[in-house]
Amino acid sequence: MKPKNQRLTLALLAIVAVVGAALLAMSALKDQAAYFYTPSDAARDHVAPGQAVRLGGMVDKGSLKRSKDGVTIDFVVSDGSASVPVRFAGIVPSLFREGSGVVADGRFDAQGTFVADQILAKHDERYMPPQVEGAMHKSGSLK
Amino acid sequence: MIAEAGLAALWLGAALCVLQLVVAILVVRGDETANGLVRPVAAAQAVLTCLAFGLLILLFVRVDLSVLLVAENDHSEKPFLYRFAGAWGNHEGSMLMWVSILAVAGAAVALLEKRLEERTLIATLGGQAAIGIGFYAFPLFASNPFARLNPSPAEGQGLNPLLQDPGLAFHPPTLYLGYVGLSIAFSFAIGALVTRDVGPAFARAMRPWVLGAWIFLTLGITAGSYWAYYELGWGGWWFWDPVENASLMPWLAATALLHSVTVLATRDGLRAWTVMLAVVAFSMSMIGTFLVRSGILTSVHAFAVDPRRGSFLLALLALYIGGALALFALRVGTVREGSRFDAVSREGALVLNNLLLTVVLGIVLVGTLYPLIAEALSGAKISVGPPYFNSAAGPLALILVAVMGAGPMMRWRREELGVIARRMAPATALVVFALVAVKLVLPPMGLLPFLGLALAFGVALASVAPLWGRNLRRTPLFTYGMVIAHLGIAVSLMGMACDSAFTREKLVAVAVGDSVPVGPFTVKLASVAPNFGENWESMQASLEIRRGNGAMFVLEPQARAYWSPPTETGESAISTRLDGQLYTVLGKQNDDGRWQLRLWWKPFVTFIWLGGALVAIGGALALLGRILRDVRAKKREHEAAYA
Repeated sequence: MKPKNQRLTLALLAIVAVVGAALLAMSALKDQAAYFYTPSDAARDHVAPGQAVRLGGMVDKGSLKRSKDGVTIDFVVSDGSASVPVRFAGIVPSLFREGSGVVADGRFDAQGTFVADQILAKHDERYMPPQVEGAMHKSGSLK
Repeated sequence: MIAEAGLAALWLGAALCVLQLVVAILVVRGDETANGLVRPVAAAQAVLTCLAFGLLILLFVRVDLSVLLVAENDHSEKPFLYRFAGAWGNHEGSMLMWVSILAVAGAAVALLEKRLEERTLIATLGGQAAIGIGFYAFPLFASNPFARLNPSPAEGQGLNPLLQDPGLAFHPPTLYLGYVGLSIAFSFAIGALVTRDVGPAFARAMRPWVLGAWIFLTLGITAGSYWAYYELGWGGWWFWDPVENASLMPWLAATALLHSVTVLATRDGLRAWTVMLAVVAFSMSMIGTFLVRSGILTSVHAFAVDPRRGSFLLALLALYIGGALALFALRVGTVREGSRFDAVSREGALVLNNLLLTVVLGIVLVGTLYPLIAEALSGAKISVGPPYFNSAAGPLALILVAVMGAGPMMRWRREELGVIARRMAPATALVVFALVAVKLVLPPMGLLPFLGLALAFGVALASVAPLWGRNLRRTPLFTYGMVIAHLGIAVSLMGMACDSAFTREKLVAVAVGDSVPVGPFTVKLASVAPNFGENWESMQASLEIRRGNGAMFVLEPQARAYWSPPTETGESAISTRLDGQLYTVLGKQNDDGRWQLRLWWKPFVTFIWLGGALVAIGGALALLGRILRDVRAKKREHEAAYA
């Protein structure tokens, strides 16, 4: 390489790398970023099955069922106007209960059930995740 | 009285900081009369700030509930360690610790740095003072840790139980030493730009400081990862949580800086780039502080804060990063072009290392900030999780590790492709062999763990290759440091690949007396009984575990309930073996009386943190080597002068 061009080449290389990274990041973001939905949003927008989303709302009273294996639970999340059935296998956070707010990460299956990988809930009275608070405001359960 | 004395000390420190900046500006502009003033002022400022921080700790230890911060975060029934460390387990206290470390870093430069040209040094201390003023203003005007509460309550509200862990005593100070230590690199860059003194001597003076901050960052991240692993009870060691990213980004920038500063020191290349990286590295620290401390993120680190503080931090961020970049743009023309090198050379490999690190940094930065920006612009609530980071940054990280294996085998300036191919042959052969062996022998796994595992073996071999054929006793200490740090990366990669490829997980509900197999173990729930601690009660399971027909051992995971503030946490119980860890979590009791148990067998997961520790040890050896060489050189000079 001609020494004269070295600085230029380095600069070009850096620019190509940065642009490449930006493109890579953008395409990955488009595929992987999980949007936040309330049950009414989900009903309106017809979220594709398998796409990572975050669902927030209230756990319907009387909807919580534990299956025979003892660790899988089914419940219904609603926001007053629409509701979504949710399934989760795992240990739920301590303040997860019927009639209170919840945010779940996961995806819809082909039958329209939301399969959650992770459940977020209020840790305690003082440490409330903003997402949960936002969801509860959005669904009108926190006034 | 203690609180008032603390506040007074903080104000005095701030005043000295302003003085330090003014005098530094005068000296740099040619007024030599006040030359001797800057160093003592920097030292005095550090003493005052540390005094203020010490007094805050005293208030917490004595549980002085007439102070608002203590009343909100302390509790008289807390164990001593958590009253002590609780001083920085909250927003105001942690920002005061930030300022203290900043002042101590400045004082360390003022007292210890002897090699830098005097005017550049004074300009550097001026830069440090300029950062200091903003971060003094923050506690003084926006979050006073010493504010009184009248009337004082009968009892404090206690500390978030997740933070009640011995890790709290070490993790934040370590990470802050790294974060704030990078301010020195930033100030060096500012100083050198101001006095137009960017060159090998400047790089040699800056290197130990960067190395020091980087060691603490490495330790802090490694410890933080292990803390999240055992405390959260989710079995994962890295969640791509924005707070974790906030510590990873300065580390990536500092790692790049560490390598480019070496090129500048040894070969006088990459001048402007190194200065830029020094600015970027500390900017990442400040962005991290903003993300973590402004309250816009959700995590155990985000203490409840009011939004004005976020705006204050954002303004500081814009001021410092913008100011530094403006200075860079103005002065970059005066930075002479460094010496040249071939594309295939040690420098070339280091440039590639820097580019890849920067790109990974960019990917992490975009993923971390995107949800915040999207919400600010369109109100859309988005979360960006592990799938994005793994798929975007993972492949680049593997390429980076491969370059890391090859780089140290190259000569400076120019290298023949044939020669380097020959030197790389054993490592390359090992990678190919490992690829085939893993494919044939081990169960199928994902592409990234598969490539990572095979690469880790080759890179482990390649990283010790620089010692090959050398006189081991005459090899300088910092070469050993590099070898060990690179080996640490390979070891860590091996742990990550094994963890994601071989982990066995069981989530079950069992009655007392039932057994569950997980990996090579059989776990029997022997009993569940209540248990008490100083400020909590719990249900504690007794798990009787056997590996094959081996001896029985017991693990006791707990489901804990803290009284103040009332919170439930799961305390995992972990058994560490030579070849991995068995990780157990106790869940809730179902209505039918069965207990939920979550069990993981994680082969070689310990390698992740072992590797991190090796990286830090390698850094420490390199630092020691540099310091010893300096001391010896000075001694020789001294002897020569009197011979």
